[in-house]
Amino acid sequence: MSVPPSRAPRQSPVLGGYFALLVVLLYLPIFILVLFSLNQNTILIFPLEGFTLDWYQKALGTPEAIDAARNSLIVALGSSVVATVLATMTAILITRFDFRGKRLLLAAASLPLIVPYIVLAVALLILFSLIGVDRSLLTVAAAHSVVALPYALLIIVSRLTGLSPFLDEASADLGADYPTTLRRVILPIIAPAVAAAWLVAFTASFDEFALALFLAGPEPTLPVFIYGQLRFASRFPMLIALAVLVMAGTLTLAFLADRLRKRV
Amino acid sequence: MTSSTAPVADAAGAAVIDRSATMRRGLQFDRNTTFWGLLIPPSAWLFCFFLVPLVLIAVISLRPDLRGGLTSPFTPSLAQYQLLTEKANYFRLLGTSIGVAFVVATAATTLAFPVSYFLAFKAGSRAGLYLALLLVPFWTSFLLRVMAWKVMLGSSGVINSLLISAGAITEPLQFLLYNRFAVIVTLIYVWIPFVTLPILAALQRIDRSLFEAAADLGATPPRRFWRITLPLALPGVLAGFFMCFIPTVGEYVTPLLVGGSAGSMYGNLIQDFFGKAGNWPLGAAMSLIMLAGTLAVVSFALKVINPRDLV
Repeated sequence: MSVPPSRAPRQSPVLGGYFALLVVLLYLPIFILVLFSLNQNTILIFPLEGFTLDWYQKALGTPEAIDAARNSLIVALGSSVVATVLATMTAILITRFDFRGKRLLLAAASLPLIVPYIVLAVALLILFSLIGVDRSLLTVAAAHSVVALPYALLIIVSRLTGLSPFLDEASADLGADYPTTLRRVILPIIAPAVAAAWLVAFTASFDEFALALFLAGPEPTLPVFIYGQLRFASRFPMLIALAVLVMAGTLTLAFLADRLRKRV
Repeated sequence: MTSSTAPVADAAGAAVIDRSATMRRGLQFDRNTTFWGLLIPPSAWLFCFFLVPLVLIAVISLRPDLRGGLTSPFTPSLAQYQLLTEKANYFRLLGTSIGVAFVVATAATTLAFPVSYFLAFKAGSRAGLYLALLLVPFWTSFLLRVMAWKVMLGSSGVINSLLISAGAITEPLQFLLYNRFAVIVTLIYVWIPFVTLPILAALQRIDRSLFEAAADLGATPPRRFWRITLPLALPGVLAGFFMCFIPTVGEYVTPLLVGGSAGSMYGNLIQDFFGKAGNWPLGAAMSLIMLAGTLAVVSFALKVINPRDLV
């Protein structure tokens, strides 16, 4: 009874089959949605009635949908830029400085990961009501910036911890002051990680729903708009087409983020 | 000769030391200003939009009522918490939420483990590709995935229409959608890819020579699994469990979309108090209880798992 010396994994049809089945089950509902977005009938019943791109045309021809998409774009852009800038600052602090309260800062910046979204939504709703700020795209963006921060932080910190501390010293020995060292040495090196963090924050905000439902005012973001339209059965295929378009967009961004993170 | 050069060298040396000392002092100054410049924005942002709001939940939960509006003065009281202790069904709903989260986290972890095992030990050079394949659904919109299950389980949905056209049933099965079952199935589906990641990370870190050593000592494959693989993968398994359990307790979107009134959870009750029912103080008290519970679970989880083991 000895393990064969070769490193090649032994085949396991049972595990392989299980994996294949699970992947099929994971993709099946999404595949069926795409199918229905291309189907002529309003009601989602098999057999399918014929191929059409009408629902996509209808989705892109609905001004409210386009407005909602624009709103989501604004929220995602604003919140992801804020989250990424703040996360970059925090990451540099945590990896490049020693100070009292470092653990506190790290804890405060990571805590949004575990606070339930409903609690954060309620908390921000109370804050904005107390200070008399009406719900708007800004309030949604504030919430998204807070929840995106830990994700962005994680990505940037993992890049920074791999950097030699001697880089800072070498730069200082050559006469650079610390801001210059950051600008000319550290930031260019971590730029891909920062870009990946930004893409992740952007994607997460763009289709976030739980916080947006509470904090969006009269102008809905795209997921809030889709949710509001769900009770109209006749618009369901159009909404699916809309959601499929969003999916195509977020997948592209996620793919880009992954490529950026792997570029060292 | 030597006596004349020595002072020069010393002077030069002193000058070098002197310059580097100034430079270091300058550097220290730069570092200090940079430090504050870096510290203030994120701290202020988190303080204003995260910590203060959480404290405000506690403050509002002490209001006896909303008379005079949110900003009016009030005498703090524990009336809301007292009310909660009298409403047994509110706490039952919290229990339900914890139960649903437990079932979902257990099922997702159990279903994800063989996937992680396959990717770590059996997939070979294709592991990266397979992992990407698994994670694509996770990157699709949450709303879309939940909508997908609505289409799958609905009374005129895919499962029912397939069963009807196959002649297995004549009337659509009503128990598929708008109940707790639908919520649990949808959540398990949503979480499996995510839970795979920490388990995979733990499995990949296992030193392969341990298996060879165990085999040389005569351990059979099942014994190797129970005595080596599983114990060493346990931190990842627990991490996966908690990463799923914690957000699921607070979940309100999935019940909203596929749960109906029969499938609603604690989060939906909070949502109602801040929406239709308009009882913010009571909702705030319930939110605070949920927050306290979450923090308790997380601090327990951090005792069992070292987060550094997972990166």
